[in-house]
Amino acid sequence: MSGLKIEGVTKKFGSLTAVEDVNLHFTAGEMICFLGPSGCGKTTLLRMIAGLEDPTNGTISFDGQDLTHVPVHQRDIGMVFQSFALFPHLSVAENITYAMRIRGHSRSDREDRATELLDMMRLPGLGDRRISQLSGGQKQRVAIARALALNPKIFLLDEPMSALDANLREAMQIELRKLQQELGITTVVVTHDQTEAMTMADEIVVMGRAKVLQTGSPMEIYKKPIDRFVAGFIGSSNLLPATLTGDNSVRVGAAELRVGENRAGQGAGADVLLMTRPEEVFVRAAKGDTPANAVTGTVTFIRDIGATIEILVDCDGHEVVSVLTPKDWPDVKVGDAVTVEMPESACMVLAA
Amino acid sequence: MQQGSGLTRTLALIPSSVMIGIFFLVPFVLIVLTSFSVEMDNGDYELGFSLAHFERFATWFYIERALFSAGLCALIAILSLLIAYPFTWFLTNFGPRTQTLWLIYILAQLSLSEVLIAFSWQILLSRTAGIANILVWVGLAEESFAMTPSAGAVLAALVYLAVPFSVLLLYPALSRLDKSLTEASRTLGASPLRTFFTVVIPVTRPAIISSGVTIFVLTLGAIIVPQVLGQPQHWTLSVLITDQAIFNFNMPFASALAVVLLVISGSVIFAVTKLTGAKA
Repeated sequence: MSGLKIEGVTKKFGSLTAVEDVNLHFTAGEMICFLGPSGCGKTTLLRMIAGLEDPTNGTISFDGQDLTHVPVHQRDIGMVFQSFALFPHLSVAENITYAMRIRGHSRSDREDRATELLDMMRLPGLGDRRISQLSGGQKQRVAIARALALNPKIFLLDEPMSALDANLREAMQIELRKLQQELGITTVVVTHDQTEAMTMADEIVVMGRAKVLQTGSPMEIYKKPIDRFVAGFIGSSNLLPATLTGDNSVRVGAAELRVGENRAGQGAGADVLLMTRPEEVFVRAAKGDTPANAVTGTVTFIRDIGATIEILVDCDGHEVVSVLTPKDWPDVKVGDAVTVEMPESACMVLAA
Repeated sequence: MQQGSGLTRTLALIPSSVMIGIFFLVPFVLIVLTSFSVEMDNGDYELGFSLAHFERFATWFYIERALFSAGLCALIAILSLLIAYPFTWFLTNFGPRTQTLWLIYILAQLSLSEVLIAFSWQILLSRTAGIANILVWVGLAEESFAMTPSAGAVLAALVYLAVPFSVLLLYPALSRLDKSLTEASRTLGASPLRTFFTVVIPVTRPAIISSGVTIFVLTLGAIIVPQVLGQPQHWTLSVLITDQAIFNFNMPFASALAVVLLVISGSVIFAVTKLTGAKA
């Protein structure tokens, strides 16, 4: 029974249900991302793990120990807040060792640990600074160091990158992931940024409207989204209305396509959506006969940004995007009639 | 940004400057001038430079009064903060509706005049109708007694007067306190009580100090409560100023005492801002 276990957890604020019947189980040492749009309940779920909110129903346990009704300050957690919540009246080193001061560690222990953590977070010598003298990136590092000072069992981060500049964000994501792997600490990150989740997570929990929609590794969720909401939230996707003609085949307009995966859970005749990822479909100049597993359309826009080329194709009023590398360049221009090849393995059927 | 050029800004300042000049600066200058005035043979005074009135202050009686006043008002500031601070902190943790209702109620308290409060406390602490009767009733006292006039009565009534001000002065800082700071403290292992002492109080320290100074200066000017609820040895400098000005018609000496009072208030404000400015 090791790891973090969330069973039947529901949180209601008055008549509003913020989190509904969430059941999750994570192995200790994993990095988990709660991903979803704002208001989907991901922060509330994180706050319940921290103990800052009481679940209306359900239990939360870690390594078999029930935490549901343990007060915040008695849970062995470290948390990084969206605003960082650094104490303005304390120096950087005093912030970092605040938890140690509360637990009564000696001054020399605290000083040693502060130096160690500042080195680990690549902030050597900043211990005596005031919080107001730090940059956004430095504040975040101090917040992380403060949360990790006593080696907590669970490390929680609420939208940790949202207060950072875009270019700093990516570097911090990689750094945070490396740090987490080095320490082997069970970590839960709340984010609405899919790239952030894909970069850092062992497990992604996609949430929407108070519920968990899908759980899985980043690639599982990217390759096999459970519905159009998840597909739209993780990466970009092409969605074409289609009709099921068999378990693994659909008709889109006049074209018959074989599909690799049917997740609609419906039988032949049902209206469904055909989903493909932009980098898995290929645009070819139309040459009389339509190849197998392809739809036809007209090029409406070409965006060449050097490393990749994006081609927007209008297929019967629906937009299909194809992202190609320069070596696959089909030599088409805006207004050309084209075929868009959708290999069987790239095609997925989702409920409409 | 919304202020235009330097000229418009100067023009905009003129009405308020004139008001402050006429209604505050002129009387202030008059008081200072009067405090240095010279006594003539007929007993009247004329403008001049004489330190006679300040020399009269520099006797143990008045110095003792000044120290007593400062000490009393400092104690009142501390006591009212001790009452108001925890109350305001708990208040900010309630919903906005509850907070508004309480604030309206407290604002209403400010409309009670010092006179009304002084006489109400006189009744409350009297022998015939006061709370001593309750002590007799529950068996804690043999027979009813008067608790006024006494230093305790002056203190109680002035604290009563100061608490609503303290709450209103502390409220903005406490309600703006970032709740994630206290949550962060909780996640770092501090109980609610330790969070209160190690985060809430230190972070709002500037507000605590400025409220304390305001209460100090405010109660330093109280003249009714010490007279109604205290004996002459509980009278503050403000009472003596009134006494000199109204009953002895000694305006120069009253002015000199007022200048001393002003210097005391001024140095307390200066010392406190200096002390906190260095740290905050």
